[in-house]
Amino acid sequence: MFVDTVIEDKALHKPVFLLYLSLTVLAIFFAFNFTNTIFGEFLSPVIGNPKESGFFGRLAVSFVLTILFVGNLLLISFARLKIQILIVWIELFFLFLAFAYSFDLEISYIFKNDFICSTESAREKLCIPSKIGLMISKGLFTTIYISAVSIAIATAIAIVGAIAKLSNNGFAYAIASFYTSLFRGLPLLLQIYLIYMGLPQLGFMIDAIPSGIAALSLCYGAYMTEIFRAGIQSIPKGQWEASRALGFKFGLILRKIILPQSIPIIVPPTGNQFIAMLKDSSLVSVLGIWEIMFLAKKLGAKDYNHLEMLLTAAMIYWTLTIILEMIQARIERKYQQKT
Amino acid sequence: MHNSSSIENPVISLKGVNKWYGDFQALKDINLEIKLKEKIVICGPSGSGKSTLIRCLNRLEAHQEGSIEVCGIELHEKMQDVDIVRQDIGMVFQSFNLFPHLTVLENCMAGPNWVRGIDKNEAKERALSMLKHVKIPEQADKYPEQLSGGQQQRVAIARSLCMQPKVMLFDEPTSALDPEMVSEVLDTMIDLANSGMTMICVTHEMGFARQVADRIIFMDGGEIVEQNTPEEFFNNPQNERTKTFLNQILS
Repeated sequence: MFVDTVIEDKALHKPVFLLYLSLTVLAIFFAFNFTNTIFGEFLSPVIGNPKESGFFGRLAVSFVLTILFVGNLLLISFARLKIQILIVWIELFFLFLAFAYSFDLEISYIFKNDFICSTESAREKLCIPSKIGLMISKGLFTTIYISAVSIAIATAIAIVGAIAKLSNNGFAYAIASFYTSLFRGLPLLLQIYLIYMGLPQLGFMIDAIPSGIAALSLCYGAYMTEIFRAGIQSIPKGQWEASRALGFKFGLILRKIILPQSIPIIVPPTGNQFIAMLKDSSLVSVLGIWEIMFLAKKLGAKDYNHLEMLLTAAMIYWTLTIILEMIQARIERKYQQKT
Repeated sequence: MHNSSSIENPVISLKGVNKWYGDFQALKDINLEIKLKEKIVICGPSGSGKSTLIRCLNRLEAHQEGSIEVCGIELHEKMQDVDIVRQDIGMVFQSFNLFPHLTVLENCMAGPNWVRGIDKNEAKERALSMLKHVKIPEQADKYPEQLSGGQQQRVAIARSLCMQPKVMLFDEPTSALDPEMVSEVLDTMIDLANSGMTMICVTHEMGFARQVADRIIFMDGGEIVEQNTPEEFFNNPQNERTKTFLNQILS
């Protein structure tokens, strides 16, 4: 973003702003009433029994929290930008952990032997000593496998779809626009069901994994068609004219001139689509595919430890997307250097 | 001289060409013959149809009436060999239109290598010699955006020349350039003219026209108002509109 060369005083360093901020934060803390939490207990030497401290206790707890919160902001505001970002990230992450901790979870459950696999001899070869091991070795693998195959097919669909949508051929345009309209217009979950249950009606028996991949590819192919179309259209008309004037044919122009130039434009949104698809692949769990989400539900349901396994799945998805974001950033940088 | 050249077939001939954009008539009854090695400068006020005319010559634009014949092939809607015609007609654009993702050298090699079927080494040799012609061989490995406007336009000329065209079309090649870069491009074009290339230039550079053109065509309102040798055109313009235009542009 554009950074102006004139530096304004930091808002946090203006007393008036600080006052309003403190009052607002105080009001919020007061409204949510943290008296009966761990903070109330900390302050019990001052306010006595938190449960009987009443208005004064509630105000005191809010006041202390406000000072901690605003003081923290003020301290961070003096650090350099990179340090600021790091500290805020760490603090938010600890808040998230505290949120998870407040569920009173049995963390060791995640590392316990898997009950499912030790009872089902047919699945013996999948037996891993721990639940998290199974989530990673089977679930993560399946999720990545499904997403990678789907994104590859979706990319191929998108190129064809984009060209069709830009062509003057009535059939091509009609088919492509109908396709994007339909698959962008239906919820992905519904598409998964329609493909898995609909195709057998036509006599095509289709397994769960292929139908999951088909649904993801078709759905994301539709979104990416629009991305590719916009990418191709963003190349100036002069590039087409210069190529035409040299006697290049349509396919050659597209392959050698237009697509290479649209890739830097297409990559960032396509990366977003890939990240979105990775998470949407959890929807194919409804077909009984052993990917992360399915295993999380199945492993947690046995002992009613749902949240432990769901949080495990959450962390796996999150880690995956962070890795993907880093790869995406690297690819973007590479294309920026080249042009 | 007039007699001998009239025996040759014209390399480009237009007969009764009309073109409309919707209701607006961009070209009105254009009749024109251009012989091999002739240098034509087309000038006229903006919106007079000169760019449209030149873009019709390699069918970047379609004409609706009349006939255009280029190198013995008629240009029309259903022609099969438009790419063959275009390979023989170089075109230089106002906005250069170099391929930004290819180096200067690759820009020049693309045409010969991809559509003329010339192998890479030969295409490279040809590209380098053309870059030498336009006096920027040292920029061969750079990308277009690393060059100045004048250099880019010279690369664009070299790129066209690598196809060894029979005719070169220039569509306001110096209009997008900073003033100090105009002359380097014009010098390149003058060299090219001296080498005997058939050239059709839309330009407002009257000095260039005077020096190089065999014939100057003045267009206004989509029609050819007047055409003459540079000498007659500048010293003895016939039409009122030509006089007004010359007054405006030379004052």
